[in-house]
Amino acid sequence: MPENLKGLVGPEQQFKNYLSEGKFMIQRCKSLDKFFFHPRVAFPGTGERDLEWVEASGIGTVHSTTCNRRLLEKGGDFNLSLITLDEGPRMMARVEGTDPDKVQIGQKVIARISILNGEPAVIFDIFKDNYNEPK
Amino acid sequence: MNQNDINNLRGKTAVVGLAESGCGMASGWSAMEIMANSVHDALDDAGIKLNEVDGVFAATAFHSMAAMSLSEYLGLKPKFADGSQIGGSSFLSHILTAALALDAGLINVAVVAYGSNQKSIGGFKTISEAMPYEAQYEPRMPVTAYALAAKRYMHEFGASREDLANVAVSARDWALLNPRAYTYDKGPLTVEDVLSARPIVDPLGKLDCCLVTDGGAAVIMTRSDRAKDTKNTPIYLLGAAMEHHHRMVSEMPDLVRTSAIDSSQRAFKMSSYKATDMDTIQLYDAFTINTLLFLEDLGFCKKGEAIELVKNNNIGPSGSLKVNTNGGGLSCVHPGMYGLFVTLEAIRQLRNSAGDNVGERSGGGWVDNAKLSVAHGNGGVLSSQVTNVWGVSETL
Repeated sequence: MPENLKGLVGPEQQFKNYLSEGKFMIQRCKSLDKFFFHPRVAFPGTGERDLEWVEASGIGTVHSTTCNRRLLEKGGDFNLSLITLDEGPRMMARVEGTDPDKVQIGQKVIARISILNGEPAVIFDIFKDNYNEPK
Repeated sequence: MNQNDINNLRGKTAVVGLAESGCGMASGWSAMEIMANSVHDALDDAGIKLNEVDGVFAATAFHSMAAMSLSEYLGLKPKFADGSQIGGSSFLSHILTAALALDAGLINVAVVAYGSNQKSIGGFKTISEAMPYEAQYEPRMPVTAYALAAKRYMHEFGASREDLANVAVSARDWALLNPRAYTYDKGPLTVEDVLSARPIVDPLGKLDCCLVTDGGAAVIMTRSDRAKDTKNTPIYLLGAAMEHHHRMVSEMPDLVRTSAIDSSQRAFKMSSYKATDMDTIQLYDAFTINTLLFLEDLGFCKKGEAIELVKNNNIGPSGSLKVNTNGGGLSCVHPGMYGLFVTLEAIRQLRNSAGDNVGERSGGGWVDNAKLSVAHGNGGVLSSQVTNVWGVSETL
């Protein structure tokens, strides 16, 4: 392995490895005290490289949402949303456990790791319990 | 030199020839043949010989090294070429690069070209790779991305599907005046037609989405000193600028504010004109939401106000804003990358007003006394934004 590549694998593979272990991990820049997604080798825009992996709270808010229409024999309609994590970053994911066209912008959601097309994936469910907004 | 000195590109180059080819259905023709045919027709239009071309600019979803493949096909040995691929806006950025290369004296005659036979070989064609962190969820790209933006726009500004549909209705009304438009003889659309069309990715239905056609196009550019001696009315590049902030929609900083805010501000600044000076407005309308976002981002109204601006067919032939006057990607032509057609229409409107014969339109299809046009290109998933400002000689 070239000397300048730290760690055993790149951040994309590391993210997937964590998912396989049942952990939803995101990166945090220590000097900036900021989270970011998607995983990268340095903080986007300013290039800080003092990064660490932190387990995500899994709580997020639906930023936008769509119902993707698909024939029933191909699996039927499915939801596809953008979720803003409580830590700040945004990611694409599916919201399940409700009709794909019933998901609302602003709804609180909670992550779980599921299997999608044979690979572990972060999926969100509607967060049903009382929830206090993070300060 | 600093940023302000970029204004020295203003009016330095001009388009002196243009053509399109194979628009609609071109069964039996390859993407390269359609593209090359467009180049030869554009050279004929300009009255410039093929062997004078020394700058080649091209992109397609069919050739990974389009500028090189096109040069070889044409039998050219260009001194400068650029096949940058930033999606459908690539050609508007090629025009900026061509202007730089012409102005620097690297080349004397540039061709910017595109060709696609996607419809006749089976449908929408892309060479986009699967996006990491998105592909797993199976978004139907690019529609899903634009649907996410549309949904967010509706949420933030209280827009309805009817507001989106107004865009498609006006685009069709323009197409009904343009014999070149794919839907020229397909009759008008109503808001109800758009709302009841097959849903694709909510809130976008089939008629919120662009056409899927074949087609190619080309423009010929020279320095302005030479442009004066060509047989057509030269149309001058007054301003050009680009910007992009993301590749994946999940990385888009703000779903309802595109980097067209930045590209258009710099392009208008270079041109020394403002949005409201434009006689025709040509916006990359791959989906109905695009037109709303770009009317706002280019400065024709404030954020959220395009909802009102597009009501009562105000961007149609009888309206106060002459927007997408060929019928747009929604109702004229969309072979997968629409940017060069935005450019063709911006320039054709000016040449028609100047007296050139650039084709027939039904009454109202040509904008009277048009001297300035803005052509705005979009690429990826509301990602790359490129704005070009065009004008006739008296606007220099």
